[in-house]
Amino acid sequence: MKQGMNILLVGVGGQGTILASKILSHVALAQGFDVKMSEIHGMAQRGGSVVTQVRIAEKVYGPIIEPGEADVLVAFEKLEAYRWAHMLKPGGTLIINDQKIEPLPVLIGTATYPETIFDDIQQRVEKVTIVPALEIATGLGNAKASNVVLMGVLAASMDIPRQSWDEALEARVPARFLELNRKAFQAGYDYISRS
Amino acid sequence: MKTLLTGNEAIARGAYEYGVTVAAAYPGTPSTEILENIAKYPEIYSQWSPNEKVAMEVGIGASIAGARSLVAMKHVGVNVAADPLFTAAYTGVRGGLILVSADDPGMHSSQNEQDNRFYAPFAKIPMLEPSDSQEAKDMVKTALEISENFDTPVLLRITTRIAHSQSLVELAEPQEQSVKPYKKDAKKYVMIPAHGRTRRVFIEERDKQLAAYSESSELNRIEMADPSFGVITSGIAYQYVREAFPQASILRIGMTHPIPAQKIADFAASVDVLFVVEELEPYLENQIKALGISVIGKDILPPYGELSLSLVKSKILAALGANAGTAESEASEAIAAGEEDGIAESAAAAACDCGDAMKPFEAPVRPPVMCPGCPHRGLFYVLKDLRLVVSGDIGCYTLGTMPPLEAMDTCVCMGASVSGALGMEKANPALKGRLVAVIGDSTFLHSGITGLMDIVYNGGTSTVIILDNSITAMTGHQHNPSTGQTLMGQEAPAVDFVALVKALGVKRVVEVDPLDVDKVKQVVKAEVAAEEPSVIITRRPCALIVKNTEKPLHVEGCKGCKACIRLGCPALSFDRATRKAVVNSALCTGCGVCARVCMFDALRKGDE
Repeated sequence: MKQGMNILLVGVGGQGTILASKILSHVALAQGFDVKMSEIHGMAQRGGSVVTQVRIAEKVYGPIIEPGEADVLVAFEKLEAYRWAHMLKPGGTLIINDQKIEPLPVLIGTATYPETIFDDIQQRVEKVTIVPALEIATGLGNAKASNVVLMGVLAASMDIPRQSWDEALEARVPARFLELNRKAFQAGYDYISRS
Repeated sequence: MKTLLTGNEAIARGAYEYGVTVAAAYPGTPSTEILENIAKYPEIYSQWSPNEKVAMEVGIGASIAGARSLVAMKHVGVNVAADPLFTAAYTGVRGGLILVSADDPGMHSSQNEQDNRFYAPFAKIPMLEPSDSQEAKDMVKTALEISENFDTPVLLRITTRIAHSQSLVELAEPQEQSVKPYKKDAKKYVMIPAHGRTRRVFIEERDKQLAAYSESSELNRIEMADPSFGVITSGIAYQYVREAFPQASILRIGMTHPIPAQKIADFAASVDVLFVVEELEPYLENQIKALGISVIGKDILPPYGELSLSLVKSKILAALGANAGTAESEASEAIAAGEEDGIAESAAAAACDCGDAMKPFEAPVRPPVMCPGCPHRGLFYVLKDLRLVVSGDIGCYTLGTMPPLEAMDTCVCMGASVSGALGMEKANPALKGRLVAVIGDSTFLHSGITGLMDIVYNGGTSTVIILDNSITAMTGHQHNPSTGQTLMGQEAPAVDFVALVKALGVKRVVEVDPLDVDKVKQVVKAEVAAEEPSVIITRRPCALIVKNTEKPLHVEGCKGCKACIRLGCPALSFDRATRKAVVNSALCTGCGVCARVCMFDALRKGDE
């Protein structure tokens, strides 16, 4: 990665976007970049929509990514991909976890979960990778590792040496979960090369 | 070593590195993590106080005793702490004293958007504002020095984007901590009128000296570039300006009270066009205009909400474009000439709203909700069912106002549920007997007790429901005087709510498990009908802090009446095809509230 990148991680409170963003910024710092990361806490913790912004460049000023300025959007949930797709740059990359978490207005029947998320997005965004990250992580024995599966997918799409990611995992993941998360990362990393 | 820290973590680190030995706060987004991180340094005595006024007074006491002290709170907390703050401005300090005010432009997690910068000139204390985490840490040092050198508390004002954004910070070894020796000095620390009048004069002198300091301080930094176009800015707005206009000349004000008047005048004289870019109110702008300097600010930028890179860029470019033939147009040309910076291109993009950017898809909102198993849910179901008027308060349970429960009529500030209920029943007899106040354990201790005392004292009959979930939940599970533990992890005596409210004179006190909806309903009906003050304590720990041993429920024989769906539980949904309720067993905690509201016994526990 010669130039910087703006990477937006979106999901639902509790999906592990924060660990993912820590791994990502660890990698970027190791490459010698300046990094700023921003996330809003507070009411979002109660099952709300969660957005973490990671800006990587030689020198970063503002911590916030503007609409149409994200190089990569990693969506931990389908509807959140839909909600934030407009943040992508033309030609930007969208990685979507094929997981559906219905928000309360849908659960109580006052709103409908869009049926055509993937079709709509694929009509407008060229580079879309849909990953069954939850399925992959569950297969490895822990659904919670789907965030690291997605980081594996992200890593495979970025021009950063693999070793740097492995080091970041080791530094950022608690030791007792490291083995599981290494496998999860590898599964994500391999997924993109297969598809 | 450089490491990524949030502004809040950086302030905590600064407290550690620069010899703070006492820190106090009441949790409040976006300030909470300052004390949570200070608590990681056992060298610093740190504590949660019952409210911000108490925290401020602990800080003032610690400073008078000789310690470097730090007090942190969200913007509205400063309203609560304003009383001691304004007089601490008179007493001054012995050990350095910092008040961190974390403001919330855009109201991500707040009930208002007040601009706390005005507190600095109002209280006549100096104010510093960092633009990133490194500065947040460095300004702890500078603030402590200013505090001790000028004998004043210092306001360190941050906003959500500083508090919760991470940027690189150079860590240093901590300085040696020292507490100054205590010496009685009643003329300075006993604010009777005679002493106060002397200190009042001192304050004016101090303000002048601080203004002189501000003129020469590196906190107020001129970055001279193209002289055709100057911007005065501060805080996070500096980052947006610097990124949007690499060629602009900038006066970044880090000490925003007192402002450096001469430096501003000199800077204004050295540029052709002058903008002031600040979030929220025209705080700097009005002061600059009062100096007789012409400046463009809130004419083009909104006085509410957060600023952003695109907003700052588009509004300034538009203003420059609209002033063709004037000094502004020269600035505009200068900017257009800066093509290597991509400015011309972005100017075009800013001018055209369409661009290549996508229009957002229409996605249903994902609001925050009460968690599965939340002990508040059953109570609000009952309050809605009984069609009561609900005087609300600040906490997770404020979510009771959201659909489908929609069981809250008011929410103003910490504690207002209780005293507000008294005002309502006194004003309107029609509300008598159908009114309850709801308030969490931490909020009740913060400022509900005095309101309840008022109900008893002034012959009210309101029913106050204390939602005791054994934690300060909304801000991320902080301890409080009722939880039995301190911030530093020590065991502590827990407030006995029953004994407390009885001591206030409440004779009717009932405790109930909020998951037992039938019982809750029965109790609420009885207490609301009683013609005297009453307190109901719904007691059940937050679902996120207890290890759940219940099995998820399952559905059998659902008739599709949707009574359970009206609880608004994220673990329940309605399948339109089968016309039956569905339990998401990954989310269901087995709390059983839905089973209790089901008339057909269709939601069953475990093996039933």
